[in-house]
Formats: sequence, structure tokens, C-alpha cells
Amino acid sequence: MSEPLPAAFEGDTLVAAKGLGVRGDGRWLVHDIDLDVRRGEIVTVIGPNGGGKTTLARALLGLVPAAAGRIERAAGLRIGYVPQRLQIDRTLPLSVGRLMTATHRASADEVTAALAETGVAALCDRPVQALSGGEFQRVMLARALLRRPDLLVLDEPVQGVDFGGEAMLYQLIADLRDRRHLGILMVSHDLHVVMAATDRVICLNAHVCCTGAPQAVTRDPEYLKLFGPHAHIHGHADADDVGDVDVDANVLGEAPAYALYAHHHDHHHEVDGSVIHDDPEQAAREDGHNAG
Amino acid sequence: MGTMLDDFFVRAVLAGIGVAAVAGPLGCFIVWRRMAYFGDTISHSALLGVACGLVMGVDLGWGVVAVTLAVALLLLGLQHSRRLATDTLLGILSHAALSLGLVVISLLAGVQFDLMGYLFGDVLAVSVGDLGWIYGGGAVVLGLLAWIWRDLLALTIDEELAEAEGVPVMRTRLAFMLLIALVIALAMKIVGILLITSLLIIPAAAARRLARTPEQMALAAAAAGVLAAILGLAGSMQFDTPAGPSVVIAAAGLFAVSMLPKPRYGGR
Repeated sequence: MSEPLPAAFEGDTLVAAKGLGVRGDGRWLVHDIDLDVRRGEIVTVIGPNGGGKTTLARALLGLVPAAAGRIERAAGLRIGYVPQRLQIDRTLPLSVGRLMTATHRASADEVTAALAETGVAALCDRPVQALSGGEFQRVMLARALLRRPDLLVLDEPVQGVDFGGEAMLYQLIADLRDRRHLGILMVSHDLHVVMAATDRVICLNAHVCCTGAPQAVTRDPEYLKLFGPHAHIHGHADADDVGDVDVDANVLGEAPAYALYAHHHDHHHEVDGSVIHDDPEQAAREDGHNAG
Repeated sequence: MGTMLDDFFVRAVLAGIGVAAVAGPLGCFIVWRRMAYFGDTISHSALLGVACGLVMGVDLGWGVVAVTLAVALLLLGLQHSRRLATDTLLGILSHAALSLGLVVISLLAGVQFDLMGYLFGDVLAVSVGDLGWIYGGGAVVLGLLAWIWRDLLALTIDEELAEAEGVPVMRTRLAFMLLIALVIALAMKIVGILLITSLLIIPAAAARRLARTPEQMALAAAAAGVLAAILGLAGSMQFDTPAGPSVVIAAAGLFAVSMLPKPRYGGR
């Protein structure tokens, strides 16, 4: 179902789905998907669990056949894939370095360089079972880079990563895009943090509910129906970043410059469970209340 | 033939060493892939293979390979349809195949048949011909395993990732099934079909803490299996205990020793 893109046409598109549909368990897991990822762009697929996000990623990778439509890949496209957390049995003695070269042969120098690029060069000899969630995701990113990809497909890249690590990981992903001029397709059910580092959001619930720049999508009625009226985020107030949007993008208003943690709750939790308000005014009111 | 091979005990030890050396590395994959119950199910179907071999008048070893492979493929197919949880499926197939084998054999009136020997092994009755089977077949299994090692390890880490990165997943999985079927046919004579899985997984489990790489663990598992075979058979001679179960107990003993606190290797 995959055919090379004509080189002259849509110059820097890496992968494109046209009317893509995938069936499973006797139903359409996703249908009528139009999507493309271009070089240098981060596209994030969000949506409820069971909405077909992973199915879409697997179809783009060629792991499940398209039952309708087609997938076009740029000629010679190399894809680096980071699946959701692997289930490596504890009895398998596997070091990070060995995991890096499990399917792709590379010299020790190349392995070290790739690990250094994601900030985990010191972990090369560590057993993979001893890594934290964030370390593991960085190792998997380095592993994907080792294949010198044009396109990275990341399925829930911050899964199992603690709250502070999330933002750093997204920053790393954005840096990799800039440095290596990659196209990145990210799958996430995480609404808040992910949007800030994304050029284009695709909101998926079996079909594409809405698509566009993050700040536009969050005002889309389809998005609000899916995630509720409080699920809006603040984007950068920079009109150049809005790009092509098929919904009304004329609402950038009150947002601060780069509110990474904007969030439909008004608080988050410290590791010990104590409540921290994101809204400084409310925090101040509470402080005042406590003091008085 | 040398006089050494005239001694039934020497033949038994050589057979045990040959089988254990092959079962250890393959057993590592069974442990890593959490397929212990799968291995049990496949080996239980070996009795049906013996019965089919008797009915059709072909070599019993090939009967076992054919039937165990067929059951393994059936299992893969049923797993793929996902109607039942895998452990339920394994439980059904495991006991249905064993019972079917017992029933078919009971219907073969007039055939002289040492059922206990097939269930629990009859290593002291190993012939020089059997030894040829074990060492020839064992060399084939180890060669095939070395051939698919890298791909099989990639599958063991994550099948979907391996597939996305161009590893021939289906072909590798089928080759692995074939290896399991071959090892079951080889090991049947030593420990019997009810205890074969133990020869696959116990040495591998015992080797875990000695190893830092998959290859080290495979070698250590082979060594542990060989040691268990020697210790078990010697014990069985000494105390006049059944040979197959004695080998399994020796392996379990080695596993217990490997679990003792070990400050020198303990750090991670």
C-alpha cells in the first residue's frame, strides 16, 4: 500500500496518508485519515484512549495494512521508531549498548555519540531494566537516531517520565528536530505539555476531528467536544507560528509567551501529593487564607 | 565402537550432556520470552507424536517433530485470533494433546510400549544410535540457533520494534518453533515428555545471575544443564533413583544455589 512520492511534487513531505482506513476486530479503527508530515515539522496526534492513535502510527510504519486509502512515503525514507514502553523480561541480561545495536549494526563510537546526543552517554553499560522511565525514553530516542532517520515516530514519548522530566524531554525532541532537520510524528494522550512544542496538532477519534496549530485547535468546537471546555491551552502569542489552519485561528489573546504547563486542572501535585496551584493569584489567595 | 560406549551408564551421561548443552541456550529464549507454559504444552503433545509415529510406521523422532510443530503452529494461529487468553488456550491444548496421545496409544493393541519411559525418560536405555541422533540433531539445532540468534534476540526485545526495523518476524518465529520441536524430540528419551520443560528453563534460570550478556547466559545455561545431567545421573546410580527426575532435581539444586546471596556479582 506504500508508493514513493513523486519527487517534484510536495518537495519536503516525508510521509502522507490519503483517505487512510485501518480495520481490526471487525470495525474501522481509524478511517478517512488525511495527514502529512514534512521535514522540520513536529506533528502531534492527540485523542482519547482507543481513538486509534497508535493504530495510525503503526499504519504509517507499515506494521498494519491499510484497508482503505493509501500511504505515500518519500523515496528512501528512513524512519526511526520509538514504541510505547517495552516489556523486556528481567531475566534477559541486556545492556543499553547492546539494545542500541540489536537490529542496526553500529560502531561503539556511533553508539556513544547517539547516546550523548540525548544526554545519556553515561548509561551505555547499564542493564536496561535498571533505567528510569526518562532514561529509557532517551535511550530509545538515541537508538532511533542511530538509524539516521528522516522521520521519527514517537508513541507516547513521555510515558513513565516524571513531571519535571516531561518538559525536558519535549525540549530535547524539539532540539533534535532543529539540529537534524527531522520530521517528527508524535502520539500522545497528554494534552497540555505536548502542545507547546508542536507545530501541528491532529485530534483523532477514529477520524480526524480537527487539525491545525495548537492554539487554534484548542478553540475548535470538535476539540472542545472531545476534551471538554476547560481543555484549552495557552500558546505563544506569535502569529508566525500559526501556519496553515483550517479553523479560525484568530484567538491568541491573553496567553503568556510560552506557558508550557497550561493545563485543564488549576493545580498539579508534588511528588508527596501536596497541591500546587498553577494560577499564582489563586495560590496567593490560598496562602493568604492559610496565613490569616 | 570404543568399549566406553558399551557401558550403558557412559552412554546415558553422554546423552544427557548432549541434550543439556542444546536445551540450555534454547531454554534461555523460552525464559526471556516467558514461554515456559508454551514449552510445556508443546512437549505434552509429543506423546501424540509418538503414537502417530507408531500408527504410520515412521521413525518416532520424526513423528514427534511433526506433531509438536503442528501443535505449535496451531497455537500461534489460535493466539492470533485472540478469542481466548493465551494461558487458557495453552491449558486446553496441553491436556487435550496429552490425553489424545494416551488414548491413541491405548488403542494400539498388541504394540509393546513403555509408557513410563516416554513420560519420564529412559536414559539408561539409550543406544549408540540414539547418541548419533542426539549429537547430530543437537549440532543442527545449535547451528540454526546461531543463524537466527540476532533476529530472535531482536524479537525477544520487542516484536513490533523488530518488525518496524526490518527483522523477518514470522520467519524467525517459525524457525524458533522448529527448534523447540527438535529439542523436544531429542530430549524425550532423557527426561521424558512431562519433564522436558524443566531441562529447558531450570538451567537457564540458574544461569541468570552469572551472566551480563545474552550470550554469556546461553553458555552458562548449557554448562549448568551439563552439570545437572552429570550430577543427576551419578546420583541416580548411587541411590538407585529414577534417572530423568534425578537430573531435574540436580538442576533445581543448581538453581537454588544460584539464588544464594552472592556479594561478588551482586552489584548493579
